[in-house]
Amino acid sequence: MSDLKMQIIAQLNLQDTKPEDIGDDQPLFVEGLGLDSIDALELIVLLQQHYKIKLSNAEDGPKVFKTVRTMAEYITAHQAQNA
Amino acid sequence: MSNDLYISASCVITNHVVSKNEQSIFENKAATLPDFLVSVYRFLNIQYPKFHKMDNLSKLGWLANEVLLRNNFDAAKYKPDETGIVLMNANSSLDTDIKYVATTKEMASPALFVYTLPNIVIGEISITHHFKGENAFFICNEFDAGFIHQYVSNLAYNNILQCCICGWVEVLNNEYKAVLFLIEKFKSVNSIIFTKENLYKIYQLQNG
Amino acid sequence: MNEPVFVAGTGIISAIGYTVAECLDALENGRAGMNRMQYLDSVHKQRLPVAEVKLSNDELAKLGNLTNIKSRTALLSLIAAKEALTNAGIENIKSLRCGFVSANSVGGMDKTENFFKNFLTHNNKGKLRNIINHECGSVTELVADALGIKDYITTISTACSSSANSIFFGARLIRNNIVDLVVAGGTDSLTKFTLNGFNTLMIVDEQFCQPFDENRRGLNLGEGAGYVVLVSEKVAATLKNKPQIILNGYCNANDAYHQTASSPDGTGSFLAMSGALKKSGLQPADIDYINLHGTGTQNNDIAEGTAIKRLFNGQYPKMSSTKTFTGHTLGASGGIEAVFSVLSLQHGIIYPNLRLQTPMADLPFVPEREFIKDVKVNHVLSNSFGFGGNCSSLIFSKY
Repeated sequence: MSDLKMQIIAQLNLQDTKPEDIGDDQPLFVEGLGLDSIDALELIVLLQQHYKIKLSNAEDGPKVFKTVRTMAEYITAHQAQNA
Repeated sequence: MSNDLYISASCVITNHVVSKNEQSIFENKAATLPDFLVSVYRFLNIQYPKFHKMDNLSKLGWLANEVLLRNNFDAAKYKPDETGIVLMNANSSLDTDIKYVATTKEMASPALFVYTLPNIVIGEISITHHFKGENAFFICNEFDAGFIHQYVSNLAYNNILQCCICGWVEVLNNEYKAVLFLIEKFKSVNSIIFTKENLYKIYQLQNG
Repeated sequence: MNEPVFVAGTGIISAIGYTVAECLDALENGRAGMNRMQYLDSVHKQRLPVAEVKLSNDELAKLGNLTNIKSRTALLSLIAAKEALTNAGIENIKSLRCGFVSANSVGGMDKTENFFKNFLTHNNKGKLRNIINHECGSVTELVADALGIKDYITTISTACSSSANSIFFGARLIRNNIVDLVVAGGTDSLTKFTLNGFNTLMIVDEQFCQPFDENRRGLNLGEGAGYVVLVSEKVAATLKNKPQIILNGYCNANDAYHQTASSPDGTGSFLAMSGALKKSGLQPADIDYINLHGTGTQNNDIAEGTAIKRLFNGQYPKMSSTKTFTGHTLGASGGIEAVFSVLSLQHGIIYPNLRLQTPMADLPFVPEREFIKDVKVNHVLSNSFGFGGNCSSLIFSKY
């Protein structure tokens, strides 16, 4: 998950944030990190480019990207499928 | 219709120097443009993480506006739809357009695409300061002080706006210049009269 | 300063027709312009329907009798602007001060993106002269030149509200006695740049769009150009066909919420619409038809709908989104929809909001589903809301 945090920081240009600042279970959107809809789209790009996972339904976004942990779990589950 | 309009403040950012009311307040000659912009952000000591997501054009315009309004703008004087923004440049959002196209080779970047319109810088300033008045972005070959003077005067005299931020914001690769003016209907400490000559005089400030 | 500004002519080219008459016919007969991509060579060809003008660049050049203009954006602009001027039939135009205020969002991008692909492989590849007219401003100047307009030329680039802004800016120029006549509106051609960009924002529909439908999925991109010829009262009085329509009200505001999304309660839309009403001195109940911005995205339609609910408060006029016919033509949409608004007043017609199956649950009104004629239409409100929070509304009225 700490790799994922660094990737999130890089992808979303969160220059003032360090990986330690992002809690594993901290909400990413609205409260917590306060990400917005464009950030959600960039996370979809991140999944595709780094993990080759395609999230084609934007409505799944809120569930998958709720926290770093839910993202990591999604990646693990789908990488297993892709393998 | 003879109430004068005043340039309450001005800001010029070019050549890695930031000037307020024609006085240099910050410089960072050694930096690349992106690093320079971040150094201005840090110098201003503002906490606005969304700054880092903006493209160079928006960062430049947004920073110039922060400098412009600092210590001499009383937001309480105006309702949200009484302050507007009128900007112009020659190259529209070309700097970001080029960067965005590069990403389309692999996977188009939504964050970059958002900035492939020159008026997004107006959006960024408006979001930060809750300005909801009329706003426009014009494209022309060079800074047209006469046009800005005429357009903004019209808005003010017809009470479409009570206050206007106007000027020129341009970035293309490493060439950039931001010149912003705060136009209000009353005279204050550093005010000069709003004329096209005064606009042009300040625009020509090369910052060293 | 408050003298009426008259609409003396209209011109248009879009996915549903190359002229005003053709577009009117398509609107009356429910012929939408969306289809499989034919002219743009994009990786999304099979997946995304678009509303293209059904002519290649060569065919456009032939249609407009233009041999040396290469940019599609400029070609579309010139064809529509010429039609507007011809329609206005101003005999003594050479003795008038004329302006051209045009908007676009892509400029010469259609040529640039092809140049770029070649250029990226090697510095020497790609014809540099193809990108000389890249900037938005160049497209305007090319067209102004071809129209013979010299006195006042400018380009506005504020995304989807651009050409609506051009139109009311043109009116201001006339009211301030800077020009006697303005050709105002906008143009945009479909490019991979925009298609890829909107696709990455995940707001495009893989089917034909359904604005103001509960189950809408997004927008279809379109292309085209739309212009009105505005004249002063003095000029209007000299014309053989006395213009009957005026630009009665207009307003621009900033939503100040997000770079590309509208605030959920539609603040920007509300400010623009109420400002336009205030300027025209009309009450909400006076509006007979709203030409909605109605892109078909989840976000726009609820924001715009909410603003209408607040403003019209129970007395809802007929309304529809003509983007169900033309797609979202971006920089041209304000201009194209202004032309449709003027035609609605001139002919007493209301356009349908196509493919509306399930009205939005949160809104207490339903857009028109059928084309209606012989209606009393005296005042039309046209909305154009753009990225960057730039929101504009225009009101056209019978004089």
